[in-house]
Amino acid sequence: MTLTTTLTAYVEGIGLLGPGLAGWTSGQAVLVGSQPYQPHKTVLPSPALLPAAERRRSGAIVKLTLATGLEAIATAGLDAAGLPSVFSSSGGDGENCHAICEMLASDDRQISPTRFHNSVHNTAAGYWSIATGAMATSSVLSAFDASFGAGLLEALTQAVVDNTRTVLLACDTPYPEPLYRARPIPDAFGIALVLAPQRSAQSLAQITVSLTDADADRLDDVALEALRIAIPAARGLPLLRAIALRQDQRVVLGYLDSTRLAVEVALC
Amino acid sequence: MNSLWLSHFTATSSIGLGLDQTLGALRQRRAGLAQCAFDTVDLATFVGEVAGVDAVQLPAHLADFDCRNNRLALLGLMQDGFAKAVRAAIAKYGAQRIGVFLGTSTSGILQTELAYRRRDPVSGALPADFIYRTTHNTFSVADFTRHYFGLTGPAVVVSSACSSSAKVFSSARRMMAAGLIDAAVVGGVDSLCLTTLYGFNSLGLISDQPCRPFDAQRNGLSIGEAAAFALLERTPEHPEKNLSADAVLLLGIGESSDAYHMSSPHPDGLGARMAMQDALKMAGLQPSEIDYINLHGTATQSNDAAEGKAVAAVFGPTTPCSSTKGATGHTLGAAGGVEAVICALALQHGLLPAGLNTRQLDPALDLDYVLDNREQPVARVLSNSFGFGGTNCSLIFGRAGNP
Repeated sequence: MTLTTTLTAYVEGIGLLGPGLAGWTSGQAVLVGSQPYQPHKTVLPSPALLPAAERRRSGAIVKLTLATGLEAIATAGLDAAGLPSVFSSSGGDGENCHAICEMLASDDRQISPTRFHNSVHNTAAGYWSIATGAMATSSVLSAFDASFGAGLLEALTQAVVDNTRTVLLACDTPYPEPLYRARPIPDAFGIALVLAPQRSAQSLAQITVSLTDADADRLDDVALEALRIAIPAARGLPLLRAIALRQDQRVVLGYLDSTRLAVEVALC
Repeated sequence: MNSLWLSHFTATSSIGLGLDQTLGALRQRRAGLAQCAFDTVDLATFVGEVAGVDAVQLPAHLADFDCRNNRLALLGLMQDGFAKAVRAAIAKYGAQRIGVFLGTSTSGILQTELAYRRRDPVSGALPADFIYRTTHNTFSVADFTRHYFGLTGPAVVVSSACSSSAKVFSSARRMMAAGLIDAAVVGGVDSLCLTTLYGFNSLGLISDQPCRPFDAQRNGLSIGEAAAFALLERTPEHPEKNLSADAVLLLGIGESSDAYHMSSPHPDGLGARMAMQDALKMAGLQPSEIDYINLHGTATQSNDAAEGKAVAAVFGPTTPCSSTKGATGHTLGAAGGVEAVICALALQHGLLPAGLNTRQLDPALDLDYVLDNREQPVARVLSNSFGFGGTNCSLIFGRAGNP
């Protein structure tokens, strides 16, 4: 197998939100183990950047995407309006999907327009562009449990091939019952990364990514490892931990059953 | 960009299974729309349903993937020797060097809609035979396709509503340019379900007639279903010597976001205009070098008005254009793929397909809208796909040699 192709980009900003992880700034201490991980429920901030009408209609996936994306953009000191984006999620807005399926199985199938437009997988991408004014391209992806890896590859190819900064937004939210039992994502979790093709004053780390047959890294903390396994977007946590540790190292991220992503992390 | 070669392609929709039937329907101006009799739907609307989808049997080892969307995917893969071409590409490049990039908007959601009718009356649980991962989940159709062929390279579903299977070409282009893969199975599969029928109805966007794109009296869309696939490979050096003249190449891609509204396009088609201009720029072409535009043309008031303004702004009033959704219906996440294949047929057969059901062109839209089939040499075409959330993608295809 020839698995030698590598893609290199620079991480300029990071956003993080999940159970017991209230942001990249505060989450680093948890990821490196200097503070204990306490997995209380994810707190989603109201999306202040959206116009009032859109804010009322926005579900958990929109709040999560905006919160993590804006944190990453702020860390990088950039304006989101000029950036292309990659959204990756296993399943979009779980609550909304359940509500639609329930109505369609009832005697009254007249779902509301808001329910319907929130049902598309690119809902968060649409709200993101409205909130930030970004008119550049956005790629909206799903790869089930491989969604983080698929999003990272797409964002890397944007940065490398199109020679542009881009923001990756990998976010998942839970389904309520009865879908929860079929797809038990326990809570909302998101990672956002601003990637750049060249090193800059904002660069936090250089990442060099290739496909690999090696197994994905596990996290030492039992509760964090449970989170990594349970939520597709959390497959990216070993990368964030490596950056938080401020050590050059190689991590392997979960991706497809047939291939994983090896990431060489070099601090800037 | 370095052009990419669509070495094989196929489409299955309500106007036909595979290329011969699709071309025949276009030549005969035959639409696939009929009064909706799908499942228990009680809406007065027309749909483009593909006959025989539910008779398709998935291979036993992939039985977990069984749902209408994956049955339609397999029906599509069976046409025009496409599956054989993918197997030949595996022999040539290796299973890990071929990516899968498929567009869908609703994937196998119908399976969940049906399961919700069979919930346990006491516990509310879904039936035991319901399998979320391989049916409902958005990735299911790409996962089915990679397992069907034993592909082990990168795989993903692009799900940006009605631009999905146009944007797959862009993801595949970048990954091929980055050197991660040597070929890509791209396309789109979307199948009828209640979410989209009742959803578009809730927005007042469903027509009670076969849809009439760009007509003064247009009153909404007709939903269809389809599976379309293309095998993308790098264009060989000296294509004029190494490819036949009618080989179809992807020449340019433009993508943008409206940043305007979740379910209405920018009224002046600003995002659409940017997508078309970027595609021309990437292809290194002037607007006058495009021989035909396959419009998104959904037949809603707002889409056609915005798209018409955007096309006129970029191309002026003289570039022939039409929407083929009057024939196929709006196949949503499969539309970009189906219309890419229709563009490929236009290039190979010198046919500008007429827009069907359009009786009186909207006088506010100053365009050369094709109302009767035209037979003429076609060298380069552009295809538009726009979607909810303000997502826009334009693709430019051309022949390897002069027509």
